[in-house]
Amino acid sequence: MTEVPEHLLKKAAEARARREAAATAAAPEPAEGDAGTTTAVAEPEEEVVETDEQAEAALAALADGLGDMLVDSHIEPRRGLWIRVDPARWVPAVTAVRDALDCRFFDWLSVIDWMPSPYGRELDTEQDSAEPREAAPMEWGYTGGDTRFQVMCRIHSVTRHIGVMIKADLADEDPRVETLVPVFPGANWHEREAMEMFGVAFDGHPDVRKLYLPGAFEGYPLRKDYPLLSRRMKPWPGIVDVELMPGEDS
Amino acid sequence: MTVTEREQLAYIAAQAADARVNLEIETDEGMTLNLGPQHPATHGTLRLIAKLDGEQVVAAEPILGYMHRGYEKLAEVRTYPQVTTLINRIDWLGSFANEVPFILAAEQLMEVEAPPRAQWIRTILFELSRIANISLFLGDMAVQIGATTPVFFAFRDREYVLNQIERVTGGRFHPNFDRIGGLKDDLPKGWIEETRGAMDRMRRFCDEMEDLVAGNEIFQARTRGIGIIPGDVALAYGLSGANLRGSGVDWDLRRDLPCGLVYDQVDWRVWTHPDGDSYSRFWVRLQETREACHIVDQLLDNIPAGPVMAKVPRIIKVPAGEAYVATENPLGVMGYYIVSKGDLVPFRVKIRSASFSNISICPWVLKGVFVPDIIAILGSLYFILGDIDR
Repeated sequence: MTEVPEHLLKKAAEARARREAAATAAAPEPAEGDAGTTTAVAEPEEEVVETDEQAEAALAALADGLGDMLVDSHIEPRRGLWIRVDPARWVPAVTAVRDALDCRFFDWLSVIDWMPSPYGRELDTEQDSAEPREAAPMEWGYTGGDTRFQVMCRIHSVTRHIGVMIKADLADEDPRVETLVPVFPGANWHEREAMEMFGVAFDGHPDVRKLYLPGAFEGYPLRKDYPLLSRRMKPWPGIVDVELMPGEDS
Repeated sequence: MTVTEREQLAYIAAQAADARVNLEIETDEGMTLNLGPQHPATHGTLRLIAKLDGEQVVAAEPILGYMHRGYEKLAEVRTYPQVTTLINRIDWLGSFANEVPFILAAEQLMEVEAPPRAQWIRTILFELSRIANISLFLGDMAVQIGATTPVFFAFRDREYVLNQIERVTGGRFHPNFDRIGGLKDDLPKGWIEETRGAMDRMRRFCDEMEDLVAGNEIFQARTRGIGIIPGDVALAYGLSGANLRGSGVDWDLRRDLPCGLVYDQVDWRVWTHPDGDSYSRFWVRLQETREACHIVDQLLDNIPAGPVMAKVPRIIKVPAGEAYVATENPLGVMGYYIVSKGDLVPFRVKIRSASFSNISICPWVLKGVFVPDIIAILGSLYFILGDIDR
């Protein structure tokens, strides 16, 4: 492992000191201005609840088609529709979504590893720690989750102009799910990529060879516990990039 | 009539050469043809293995990974502004277009909106990169069929567009110009007029290509009815862009899911072709290039005044959440799925690139075609290796 160059460490330390100074300077501010602005602050802002009628309607249609296969759903106004389905019935669920909303366009399929990286990945770590730390608790995104891996695919309707993001939990040990290739032949390569990158098995997949990686490659590179070797060898250039310009304070 | 010794020898040599080729082709097991990893018709390092029965392809399979750079992993250890440097290199002929969906997705998570002027310039640069990218395809497709002239025209005229991109961004191929909340800089002086000139030039180029390539009998004979993809199959394989519209599916994200770009401010149309063959894909791209010139011209007429950057913190922390934004890039639908945990770096970035899905139809569409058609079909599907391997 190479040494971190002196000047980078110095820069990082300076940037940290400046930021801490800025934070302490900023903290008492609300207290000082308290008296003058109480009324303005205290007045509760009227909360505008954004709705997305198109997504709501789509979700209603889906709820009919999916029945108890639907585990959870989430609508982010103007951003899209997320649903989580029963992994044991992954293929029937995706098929039901396709039929309910005429989603014939297969967009993509991938996997998310929700485990926080056990290696140092914060702003101030110039290098990844060589030894994995104790893993922080997992936090899931939209529609929640229970397991480390979630398979996720997006299909889109070219007639209704709505896409659905479909997630399903996978078992922690030996994650596997049924293949989508009979429903969407385009899933073939996406699943092969997910197989080699995350070590997720797709039951019934017609071609289980590696897509990108050489045949003898070991490990699953996109899993969070797979170390990124370049970060161990060289300091992260990020610390140079995010430091403040002279005279700036935010 | 006397035959010279030299002519006799030449005849014998030619016969022998034919016999050798025939022998190879006529073996029972069939023949395996390997194209690439380096081949003039593969735009980089795609390797294609075709099993032949005589002149016909029994099975064909692209071999990927010669250019896999692991951007999804690298994006997890880079701050949001740093990621754009990486993703510039996905589709290297239309780089600016790569940045836009990522920036838009990050803007959605941060709930920032670029000022109108930035949105307009973004759209202009987006279309310019489309013109730069597709104009090269128009020449390239012809050179793969065997006509060498159009590709020189394409390289010559593409310069005008690249020069315009360079004058704004400072980079011909990798502008890295888009920022969360707007653009790095405003337009330089006199740029609008020059761009109008470049658009005139490109419109002439499109006319030239229409005459020279699309109207050419040999070109039509080589591409019409070759590599037909029905609309339903194209959708199930996730084909997008001109490959999908060449199959008669009228779907364009610029019109149907406008997101942060100002296509609703201009008068334009989506071109489709019902045939689904190699020719129709070429034809749709040709019309789209002309349409893009038309869009740019209209946008140049009324760029709103104002700043090009919204107020965003210098150190960009993106609030926790998930966002997926896809745009209609030169090659097709390109999207980024960003999972943020409120950090400086994205937790996960899934890159949905157009060529990856477009080329995954190869085993299906190449089955049963003849050897020279492989090149015509691969050329018309139009992929960029960086866009497949990421």
